[in-house]
Amino acid sequence: MIIGLEVHCELNTKSKIYCSCRSSFGAEVNSQCCPVCMGMPGTLPTLNEKVVDYAVKMGYALGCTINPVSKQDRKNYFYPDLPKAYQISQFDIPLCEHGHLDILVDGEEKRIGITRIHIEEDAGKLIHDESFAGTLVDFNRCGVPLIEIVSEPDLRSSAEAKAYLDTIRETVIYLGISDGKMQEGSIRCDINVSVHKPGEPFGTRVEMKNVNTFSGAVRAIEYEAARQIEVLEQGGVISQETRRWDDLKNCNFLLRSKEDAQDYRYFPEPDLATILLDEAHLQELKDSIPELPNKKTVRFMKEMGLPEEDARQLVESIEKAAYFEEIVKAGNGKIIPKDAANWVLGGISRVINETGKPIAEIGVTAEDLAELIGMLEAKEISSSAGNTVFEALLKNTGKHPKEIVREKGLAQVSDTGFLQQIVDQVVAANEKSVNDYRGGKTNALGFLVGQCMKASKGKGNPAIMREMLLNYLNG
Amino acid sequence: MELYRLTASELSRMMQKKEVSSVEVTRSVFDRIAKKEPEIEAYITLNEQAALQKAAEVDEKRAKGEPLSPLAGIPVGVKDNICVKGLPATCASKMLENFIPPYNATVIEKLNAQDCVYTGKLNMDEFAMGSSTETSYFKKTRNPFDLSRVPGGSSGGSAAAVAAGEAVVALGSDTGGSIRQPAAFCGVVGLKPTYGSVSRFGLVAFASSLDQIGPFGRSIEDVAMLYSAICGKDPYDTTTARREYPRFEAGFSADMQGVKIGIPDAYFGKGVSDEVRRLVMQAAHKYEEMGAALVPVTLPEPDYGLAAYYIIACAEASSNLARYDGVKYGYRTKNYKTLDEMYENTRSEGFGDEVKRRIMLGTYVLSSGYYDAYYKKAKFTQKLMEGMFREAFQKADFILSPTAPDTAFQFGENSDDQVKMYMNDILTVTANIAGLPALSFPCGFDSKGMPAGCQLIGGKFTEQRLLNAAYAYEKAAGGFDLSRTLD
Repeated sequence: MIIGLEVHCELNTKSKIYCSCRSSFGAEVNSQCCPVCMGMPGTLPTLNEKVVDYAVKMGYALGCTINPVSKQDRKNYFYPDLPKAYQISQFDIPLCEHGHLDILVDGEEKRIGITRIHIEEDAGKLIHDESFAGTLVDFNRCGVPLIEIVSEPDLRSSAEAKAYLDTIRETVIYLGISDGKMQEGSIRCDINVSVHKPGEPFGTRVEMKNVNTFSGAVRAIEYEAARQIEVLEQGGVISQETRRWDDLKNCNFLLRSKEDAQDYRYFPEPDLATILLDEAHLQELKDSIPELPNKKTVRFMKEMGLPEEDARQLVESIEKAAYFEEIVKAGNGKIIPKDAANWVLGGISRVINETGKPIAEIGVTAEDLAELIGMLEAKEISSSAGNTVFEALLKNTGKHPKEIVREKGLAQVSDTGFLQQIVDQVVAANEKSVNDYRGGKTNALGFLVGQCMKASKGKGNPAIMREMLLNYLNG
Repeated sequence: MELYRLTASELSRMMQKKEVSSVEVTRSVFDRIAKKEPEIEAYITLNEQAALQKAAEVDEKRAKGEPLSPLAGIPVGVKDNICVKGLPATCASKMLENFIPPYNATVIEKLNAQDCVYTGKLNMDEFAMGSSTETSYFKKTRNPFDLSRVPGGSSGGSAAAVAAGEAVVALGSDTGGSIRQPAAFCGVVGLKPTYGSVSRFGLVAFASSLDQIGPFGRSIEDVAMLYSAICGKDPYDTTTARREYPRFEAGFSADMQGVKIGIPDAYFGKGVSDEVRRLVMQAAHKYEEMGAALVPVTLPEPDYGLAAYYIIACAEASSNLARYDGVKYGYRTKNYKTLDEMYENTRSEGFGDEVKRRIMLGTYVLSSGYYDAYYKKAKFTQKLMEGMFREAFQKADFILSPTAPDTAFQFGENSDDQVKMYMNDILTVTANIAGLPALSFPCGFDSKGMPAGCQLIGGKFTEQRLLNAAYAYEKAAGGFDLSRTLD
């Protein structure tokens, strides 16, 4: 199975690509449009330079060559959601070309070629509803900036396609150029699929449009591959065509065959000047690219020894990943990264979910958490005392873990004289349990350890007390 | 002396001295319109009430001693493809019969800042496609010199109105000669500015890479004044150039001593009438008398220019006019069942023949398989022509030629022969193709009494030089004779 993807990603610039209308999602129908984005007679586009910057950032993130001189072109076709009857896009000189994206599938990295990234404007939306006859048009989305990322036909399974889409999404979020919200249509894709037998040349590709979710992409690919295999097995041929994916019916149907392929009559957009990018500005954009999520995941696995799932979960959130690294750094090589990951994905994530606050506002500094983890790892406090300290830190009193432990007397006591006294008291007071244990009910030990912890107010070292109990019981 | 007969600069001086008011001037122009419009039919929409109101406001400002621009209170006519907020912008098409733009073109914003008064919207060839104003959906504008003849086009309404005293000055647009040729036909002055010196925002596009708005007037000074008011960088049109522009009318020099004037043989050759050739050469010799030297220059063959022009212009037009689809505004057919039928019938019924012809031509030259043979070659020819002009300007300060091969023709004379009609643009299109400024001024009358136009083409942004030269001629000739059209 050979798959190539064309991903359209809406950029989160404040204003649209060719006018000053806001480009946010969800506004009242036809409230975010003006004569320019509605293509009224006599109006002219002016390029929002942020859009170019964002696209170039994506280009650098995907290892592309950036064309310092590029142009915009008109793609001509009639459709009611396209008010000028042409879309301003880029044809033969895209902003970015010849890149790659490394994806992680089953713990293995795979490099996918990126053919090109170009900028273009989005179209409006047609509205059909039972409450009225005919079709209405909402022009709010007209002129929302898009980048189109075209991959080489390097993907070989729906799982790879899913990993590719996830990585693209994480990347645009990391770059801060798109909110990556699937449910708002921020990322959409067209999928090219072909099948062939091993050792034979690639088969004829079929393009599928209207794939709006990643899970839909997986289903669409599997459906189309199965359809092609069935056609071929029955002696048929696959013709180059465009099919429309219907996510509700979980199937696709023919949109147009090759003979009906549209001639878009591309030509250079005469209303816009050539896009010129100087070296200093390009360098600035290049320098602004952070470590990307795919690379970070692999680093967390290789350098920090995290399991893939933990690494992925941390990287999914820029702030969690950054916080995790701060904790490890504050631990100064003395704490185990996995323990830090557990706290971030455990206690911290729970608080984020409960309060909806960003990590910075939760008030637990990376230094405090590193201190707490260090004390736990050194067994200076018990895990239950650790939870108590964490809860105390959440109250933002400004006190550090060591102070809290001292004030609350949570330090784990390993003094054998003191602990022996407690063990003696507990065995004296729990004669029945002692007899139960000696009678073969070994789980009575756990109860006795618990009683010792209780008597020590949680401070006694449970391992030592357990040892002392065993000596007594078996002695 | 009737006020409508005077030039903008004369009226401006009189108003500044408070010898006349803007209301009196505006009143005089509208009286003239009432008298002449039945025979000329230059206007699609008249703006009388608002114009008089604006004139009164200007007079009030002047009475209060507020500083006013030289164009304050001057009645200006506007071609109907330039958007004036609240007034229809029909482009002389059934397609936009009811279209009223909710915005002003940048040139209108600029003239508003100068307190201009708008007489109304002027007739033109449909979507500026034509050389006689005969393709207008609404009416045929007549040449004020001879009512049986066309005023030229596409800005025929603008030229005729200025010639007949139905406007003091006017705005037109020029994609392949649409200011200069009607100016020549109607005996007035017209300037097609350097591409990128005047904002196209609010000019309904015909061919975006060639279109420029420019002024019409009865004197060089008027054209210079209006041009000074509308040129300049516009953030809403990224094809405008960032540069300083002078007040052109303040910098006139009539000194032609040592000026080298390029005479391109090919522009006086086949197709150019003997009378026009003679009249234009007379103007050239007048410059010689003033101390200028005539030097031969080689320019691109006009035939190639015309071919490249029609390919590029139609290609862009086919895309620019695609938005008139019946979905959002303008004409929509009543006769449709499906979306495709709606598109097809709307466009079949809404556009006239010439517009349809050019859309088809443009669609064809951009089609896959033909793009390289036509559009790409035309763009290549464009580059060659720019180079040839650059070379010519090494030898000459500007180039002089006839504006059109002949004087105004009769209605219907060229209607059944498109190629003959297109030949009208043969001497003007090269300036658009190369993005150069070019001006047409009247240089006498032929034996039928029709005015001939002399065209000056300069290097980019040399408008001052062209205006100076035209001003020198105007002074030497004792002004341009419009006594027959203004009476």
